Amino acid sequence: MLKKNGWKILSLLLLIYTVVAGFLVAVPDLPIIHQSIRNLYFHVCMWFGMMILFIISFVYSIKYLRGFKLRNDIYASNFAAVGTLFGMLGYITGAIWANYTWLTDQNQSLGSVLKEPKLIGAAIALLIYGAYFVLRGSFTDMDKKARVSAVYNIFAFAMLFPSIWIIPRLVGSLHPGAPGSDSGNPALNAQKDLDAGMRMIFYPAVIGWTLLGVWIATLRIRIQLLNDKTLLND
Amino acid sequence: MMKRVFALLGKDILLEFRQKHTFYGILLYIASTIFVLYLSLDKTDAAVWNGLFWVIQLFICVNAVAKSFLQESRGRMLYFYSIASPVEFILAKLLYNLLLMVLMSLISLALFATFLDNPVSNMLLFTGIVVLGGMGISIVFTLMSAIAAKAQQNAALIAILGFPVILPQLMLLMRLSKTAFAEVFKEGALLQMTGLIAGLDVLVIGLALILFPYLWKE
Repeated sequence: MLKKNGWKILSLLLLIYTVVAGFLVAVPDLPIIHQSIRNLYFHVCMWFGMMILFIISFVYSIKYLRGFKLRNDIYASNFAAVGTLFGMLGYITGAIWANYTWLTDQNQSLGSVLKEPKLIGAAIALLIYGAYFVLRGSFTDMDKKARVSAVYNIFAFAMLFPSIWIIPRLVGSLHPGAPGSDSGNPALNAQKDLDAGMRMIFYPAVIGWTLLGVWIATLRIRIQLLNDKTLLND
Repeated sequence: MMKRVFALLGKDILLEFRQKHTFYGILLYIASTIFVLYLSLDKTDAAVWNGLFWVIQLFICVNAVAKSFLQESRGRMLYFYSIASPVEFILAKLLYNLLLMVLMSLISLALFATFLDNPVSNMLLFTGIVVLGGMGISIVFTLMSAIAAKAQQNAALIAILGFPVILPQLMLLMRLSKTAFAEVFKEGALLQMTGLIAGLDVLVIGLALILFPYLWKE
């Protein structure tokens, strides 16, 4: 039991640790962000989780095209679905955070602040996977659906890459790590920029949330595999 | 192999000459869209002009490229299947759409410059950017059209599939265009962006060559 489900228990323990320690352990008090810095344990982890789930989905799409096994298509679509959920949660946590830090009291609208390279990248990711599900919905033939959506998934992922990993490195941003600021990596240079105490919670949090995402995805996959049992003859 | 690619390309161009209505249809689409803009806008500043120009390019491309796979009937696809390889077929389509889109981009640029007040200070540079942009957009939408042709409601699907994917390229193009509006960039940024757009084009062509064979099989 422990051997098979150990990672689920680990995920649960890590998340309990994240929530308890994340809200109780002292954090450096910085101007503007103050205590809202604790959102790091939730907001940033969502993006890590999303990216990892999308990468898994991408790999299963390639696997599908190599052998045309319907099982791999079910894996790819469900990992993409949970990745999209994580992306939405990341967007929401980010919007709440921005509401308290980026918005000053000079009557700025949220819209004026949100035009930001990293947010655009995230929005592109959500639109792409939205289109992926619309595409899936427009087929009646299962094999055709699996093949065409695998092609789109691979292509879209390759196009998502520059918008998340390259373009934010070229332009200014409100996020930490924009070019010109003193921190290096545009995502988050945890080695250099993050307080040692926060790092002790941040890394376990990333692992915990990602494992939770994989767990949700495997549950969905198991349900669908049972539903499509008669169709899968491998 | 190249011989067969050019034969397929020649067939597409010949078809275009025989069935002129589609070609003129797109021309009319461009002219009427820009005329609507001309009537609805009194004065345009550079930022609005730039934004409108690229959005119109996007819609022209959806209309011009969409039919490239839709016009091929099932029987004709089977015939191509027996005489050419998928790589040759997609190369011919990419080349044809690239030529068509660059031509349409240049025509729309000319119309834009005449109808709406022209904020472009370096026309030669901007023409170069338009050609680069037209190429990039047409390549992406050719593959999207190939994907959408497999689904049922394909015309609307092309826009849904293509817009998020084209966004990074479009953002780069809009920024790059600002050089032609006499905006000064820091040194090296220009080359970096041009390189990035060209690199994306190469990536898309590579992916199209790898992925199209999987779409081709019925």
